[in-house]
Amino acid sequence: MRLEPVADPGLGRSLGYPAAALGATVAFAMALALVAGADPFAVLGLMVKGAAGSKFALLETLNRATPLIFTGLAVAVAFRAKLWNIGAEAQLYAGAIVTVLLGTGALGLPWPLLLPVSALFAAVAGALVLLGPATLKLRFGVDEVVTTLLFNFIMLLFVSYLLEGPMKDPAGMGWPKSEKLIAEARLPRIMEGLRLHWGFLLALIAALGVWVVQTRTTLGYEMRAVGLNPEAARFAGLPVGRILIKTALLSGGLAALAGWSEVAGLKGSLTLDLSPGFGYAGIIVAMLALLNPLGVVVSALFVAGVFVGADSMSRAIGVPTYIADALTAAALLFMVLALLLARVRVRRG
Amino acid sequence: MEIFDILLSATFWAAAIRIASPLIFATVGELICERAGVLNLGIEGIMIAGAFTGWFAVYSGLPLPAGVLMALLVGMAFGALHGTLTVPFGLSQHVVGLGVTLLATSMTYFTYRLALPEVTSPPRIEAFAEWPVPVLSDLPLVGPALFAQTPLTYLAFATVAAVAFVLYRTPMGLALRAVGENPAAVEAQGLSVTALRMGAVMAGSGLMAVGGAFLTMSAFNSFFFEMVNGRGWICIALVVFGAWKPWKSLLGAVLFAAFDALQIRLQQMPIGAVVPYQVFLMMPFALSILALILMSRRAEVPAALMVPYNKGER
Repeated sequence: MRLEPVADPGLGRSLGYPAAALGATVAFAMALALVAGADPFAVLGLMVKGAAGSKFALLETLNRATPLIFTGLAVAVAFRAKLWNIGAEAQLYAGAIVTVLLGTGALGLPWPLLLPVSALFAAVAGALVLLGPATLKLRFGVDEVVTTLLFNFIMLLFVSYLLEGPMKDPAGMGWPKSEKLIAEARLPRIMEGLRLHWGFLLALIAALGVWVVQTRTTLGYEMRAVGLNPEAARFAGLPVGRILIKTALLSGGLAALAGWSEVAGLKGSLTLDLSPGFGYAGIIVAMLALLNPLGVVVSALFVAGVFVGADSMSRAIGVPTYIADALTAAALLFMVLALLLARVRVRRG
Repeated sequence: MEIFDILLSATFWAAAIRIASPLIFATVGELICERAGVLNLGIEGIMIAGAFTGWFAVYSGLPLPAGVLMALLVGMAFGALHGTLTVPFGLSQHVVGLGVTLLATSMTYFTYRLALPEVTSPPRIEAFAEWPVPVLSDLPLVGPALFAQTPLTYLAFATVAAVAFVLYRTPMGLALRAVGENPAAVEAQGLSVTALRMGAVMAGSGLMAVGGAFLTMSAFNSFFFEMVNGRGWICIALVVFGAWKPWKSLLGAVLFAAFDALQIRLQQMPIGAVVPYQVFLMMPFALSILALILMSRRAEVPAALMVPYNKGER
């Protein structure tokens, strides 16, 4: 088998294959439903209804999409420069820790000053967490995939230590959870009575900001050049190391904002289950969006919808909610294959 | 000094070899993939799938060896998926690997919840018993450590020997190593790069799944969520530590496991009352990162690792 690039893919190819990937994902969902002994159409219907069938469902999906936009952006920024940041989970928790540290009374700033300050320090913490693996990659050539993955486990244990030790809520009835944020440190809801906090709008603004950086600034151009061909970029005189460090700082900071917005906007405190894998799901979000920052918003809504819909469907007819994880993982694999097939022709021999 | 008492005790080394066994399977599995030029980040998910498959097969009434075989087959199936996407299609090994891990993990959890909807404590199985080797197991220190283990541990060591033999003493091994260094040259010899790499990824993934099955069939005797707990990622570090050589990787796994066994024992000692237990649990991960840094200078990475091969391009 041989792959031949298609000179001009055309609209049919470049839309047809991704559409087929989406169709394959739906077919996979129906197959899983059949295996679970449920009516596939009922499962799909309940998932759509659970994700977007009511105002409550829709808001739930938007809330769930918020951290996914941030982690998706973090991954998109890094992957674009071929910096394989699989540690968004750790950076998210770093942001969450700082948010709790500053937001439980340690910093006596009046509303609305406390929020931007805590966001800034959360982002710095996340950036520093990724700076470690990025430095190891540049200094010693240590593969950042493995180090960022291993850091996720170290960070989770660190959070566990904090929640059972210095950051434990004395009034928490023994549960490993932090104190609640003071009111000045909380992100308010966008509208009174609407269960959606400002984190969502900030995530949209972040997506726009990343898009501007990537398409309208020198740094964006440099990050793309390094990702396309680091050797050529170095030959062209670009400071590849420094660009990768900047990329790491931006990526880590964005992932940390996911933790910040979850704690300040939704949960109000830190627990060990703050993130049900938002960092890993961010990889799926970014890849489905073809690493495009604006596309990240769309794919985060899709992935969030699948998860919220699956939760609701599972409560109704008992098909395990892990169907959502399986679907999004399958969607990722279908999509990367579809994007390739849109660009190449498969020849025998 | 208490630490020396620990290091000289037979139970400590027996524990180290036991902890090393699943890592040995998975590390050698990853090594085969990487020697052929394919980084397999599906390892973590494939280990989870293997752990569940082996356990569930036995729980459903199959004999123990059949459980191991089922795990092997499921691992090879995920390997076939990974291989198809990364070898003939040449897709990003990072993205596909993580996708396979996410898919294998979620499919496993989905199946587990389907099979056992309402269990709070997972049922246990009658796992592999220890098979003490006559005479040898009576040797001091070495006996209990090496010759009074379960059959799967013996299989782990035998696998390393077999893989080392195939890699360095057979034409197929030569072709496999060459395909990870210079695939064009292998193609010029009239051999199929695709077939060699696919075979390596499938065989390696099968071994990863058997490594996962060790956890449920020879260690914990039941399956629970997150039981693999990053072991797959650690194995990727162990391959680097072992410089892509089977016996060195085995040594790395045993050394690593010894530290892990020591860490568990230190928690019971006076120091464990002072230092939070999470610090001890961080040690394996920190140690893996340290190993990567130390070995980075002298790493002999296969030249074509992560480089897809397409006959169309020269």
